[in-house]
Amino acid sequence: MKWIPHWMHQLSSPPTFYRFAGVMRPWFMVLALLTTAIGLYGGLVTAPADYQQGDAFRIIYIHVPSAEMSLFVYGVMAVAGFIAVIWRIKLAESVAMQSAPIGAAFTLITLVTGSLWGYPTWGTWWTWDARLTSELVLLFLYLGVIGLYHAFEDRRQGARAASFLVMVGIINLPIVHYSVKWWNTLHQGTTVRLFGASKIEGDMLWPLLLMMAAVHLYWAASLCGRVRTDLLSLESGKHWVRELAEKEGR
Amino acid sequence: MASFWHMGGYAIYVWPSYAVFFAVLAADYLAPALRRRRVLRELHARMQRHKAREARKAELHATPDPLADRTPTSPTS
Repeated sequence: MKWIPHWMHQLSSPPTFYRFAGVMRPWFMVLALLTTAIGLYGGLVTAPADYQQGDAFRIIYIHVPSAEMSLFVYGVMAVAGFIAVIWRIKLAESVAMQSAPIGAAFTLITLVTGSLWGYPTWGTWWTWDARLTSELVLLFLYLGVIGLYHAFEDRRQGARAASFLVMVGIINLPIVHYSVKWWNTLHQGTTVRLFGASKIEGDMLWPLLLMMAAVHLYWAASLCGRVRTDLLSLESGKHWVRELAEKEGR
Repeated sequence: MASFWHMGGYAIYVWPSYAVFFAVLAADYLAPALRRRRVLRELHARMQRHKAREARKAELHATPDPLADRTPTSPTS
């Protein structure tokens, strides 16, 4: 694999990645907290109330970013899982498996906040429509990946088996995303568009974009922390981990 | 300020949403940090036990055998 740059090859070595992630994690978290503070000030204070939904619409600032992350994290998990199955790189296995709890957390937030938003605006906590059901399936996929991973005695074997499940589950991603287009549903259509005009006023839009940036930064911090810890226990027999335990384990 | 917390009558939906968001993510952020400390501490303890065992073994070999002087060193003496 000559085409992989040298620095990438080095970064995939567990002790190097451990140090790198340790340096990056607090920075990602600080930036995430800053953008959250500004974004929520905009979303909760300066943005006007919606003319139909009143202040209930303010749930959008956590619901939409979380929903986007529930799909984004799955995408990352699928790419890492693919690399893990084909090339058996330890770091890729770790990234894939440590993505699952983060994705599950965001999916859970999406479902709960959606429910809390649905009751005052739709008049129901839950309905078995395409968007809601496919998002629930996504949560079960994440939980299935976690369960399958832990069902194996050998953790590396478990990671590869669960990565297969991840790749099969990719089919659910377009279903979640396009469900509001393909089926008649209670859920509203896409508000923020990457290409073309968004269907939301500027005063309401910029806090939402900031919150979307914030959850991506948070995701980076969370993944750094989880992969770091995972590498420690995966490599606990190795010299670099023993040295670390000598210093920090007392 | 009171109207801010009131959220136009939707406070019971808006604030729990935000509470869930922050609570779930805080737990997600803290979990690996706590686990990291536990992993390092357990490994350290295991290494200490291993070291102690090695030291005991070395001590056992270092002390002279109490039966050594009773065994004849040479048949001709």
